[in-house]
Amino acid sequence: MITLTDVRKSFGGNHVLRGVDLVLEGGSSMVIIGGSGTGKSILLKSILGLVRPDSGTITLDGKDVTRGDRDAFLARFGMLFQGAALFDSLPVWQNVAFRLQRGAAKRPAKEAREIAIEKLRRVGLTPDAADKFPVELSGGMQKRVGLARAIAAEPEIIFFDEPTTGLDPIMSGVINDLIREIVVEMGATAMTITHDMSSVRAIADNVAMLHDGVIQWTGPVGDMDASDDPYLDQFIHGRAEGPIEAVR
Amino acid sequence: MSFVSGLLAAIGRQLFAVLAGIGRVTLYAARTVSHLIRPPFYMREFGHALVQIGWLSLPVVGLTALFTGGALALQIYAGGARFNAETVVPSIVAIGLTRELGPVLGGLMVAARVASSIAAEIGTMKVTEQIDALTTLSTNPMKYLTLPRVLAATLAVPLLVGVGDVIGIMGGFLVGVGRLDFNAATYLHNTLDFLEVWDVLSGMVKGSVFGFIVALMGCYYGMNSGRGAQGVGRATKAAVVTSSVLILASNYILTEVFFSA
Repeated sequence: MITLTDVRKSFGGNHVLRGVDLVLEGGSSMVIIGGSGTGKSILLKSILGLVRPDSGTITLDGKDVTRGDRDAFLARFGMLFQGAALFDSLPVWQNVAFRLQRGAAKRPAKEAREIAIEKLRRVGLTPDAADKFPVELSGGMQKRVGLARAIAAEPEIIFFDEPTTGLDPIMSGVINDLIREIVVEMGATAMTITHDMSSVRAIADNVAMLHDGVIQWTGPVGDMDASDDPYLDQFIHGRAEGPIEAVR
Repeated sequence: MSFVSGLLAAIGRQLFAVLAGIGRVTLYAARTVSHLIRPPFYMREFGHALVQIGWLSLPVVGLTALFTGGALALQIYAGGARFNAETVVPSIVAIGLTRELGPVLGGLMVAARVASSIAAEIGTMKVTEQIDALTTLSTNPMKYLTLPRVLAATLAVPLLVGVGDVIGIMGGFLVGVGRLDFNAATYLHNTLDFLEVWDVLSGMVKGSVFGFIVALMGCYYGMNSGRGAQGVGRATKAAVVTSSVLILASNYILTEVFFSA
């Protein structure tokens, strides 16, 4: 279980997170929604320690994430970045097997390659893709390779940062289904950031809306449409009029 | 009065900014060196950096040395002729190249080629979240990206300088024999007679320092690159300019240390 308590982060005079309280139950899939620039990615990076919050606490299973063995902590996570963040200089299979080629999870090269090819197959890519370089792949294929890399070491917790941004509706549907299948199959805890409401409905068990630096609304995905919250209502229906200013 | 105080405040701000920058670079250098004694080491990345920085810089450094050696021979001959000292051409070419021009011009060429390439590569990795991805994959970017490059440049540039010395002296030899009517055997004899081991070694030590500077600046500015193409462009420019200035400044200091009476 991941717990965030009064997490705050500012960049100069820009107060991005103003006291975020959030609980992510183990084995569940939480989707964070909110307008662009509301700090969703900062929130996610704060949990991973890529960004240091100004104040507040973040715990994983009751332990402060800033203390203890950092490698062991990160080994519990997999992450799919918005632009996939594949390493240009490495072929696809080495990207997927990156964690399996170094550190505590190191395996022999042949075994690491076999696992990479199996994970590529799991995300719908053929073994032909294994020896290509990321630049030779389409955006959708890169996302799938990023997904394969995120699940390669079978982490307990997986973060997805805007997994369908920039993809066509069909490819978005494929990625959403893959995420749902993988999370259910692996029994992983998932946290996803997205603007895409079809992704929210496909992936989420629970939804949290981040607005103005705080969690504006949180609850099961099934309660989202019946919510009385005017902010959530405006966001999920994509209305220009409402309490959220269209020009920010 | 307000103009004067405003001017002083602006100068003070700039001074503090420069001092803070020096502090950040010094800390970055110290952190890089500290990783030398803390495993893991990424040997494959080190080998790749050796090829990229050392082997692939050889053509540009070699050509620079060749033409510099030739031009130097012509200049010294023309200058020496004013006081009937044309015969010093071989020894002055050799000493000038090994002590000064070989390491400095080689260092500047490597700065142009390598600092820009490292800053652009790492800057792009930062902008596309590849650095964050490395961290989430339990890999320290300092160990994986910075240390292999800095170590490779520190070891490869002195070797490049050594090869450049030989090629530069060859350039002087070709011009001396082909254009200035020196006897080939006499030219080589005069070169080797006056050249001391320390002339060559001091140039290689300079090369090692310049290599460290070039790779460190490339990595530092890449890691601190701003967002977007403009941010990467600025980082690349800053890496080349800063490493070039630092090469020239450190060359003066090293020359004082090595050769002042």
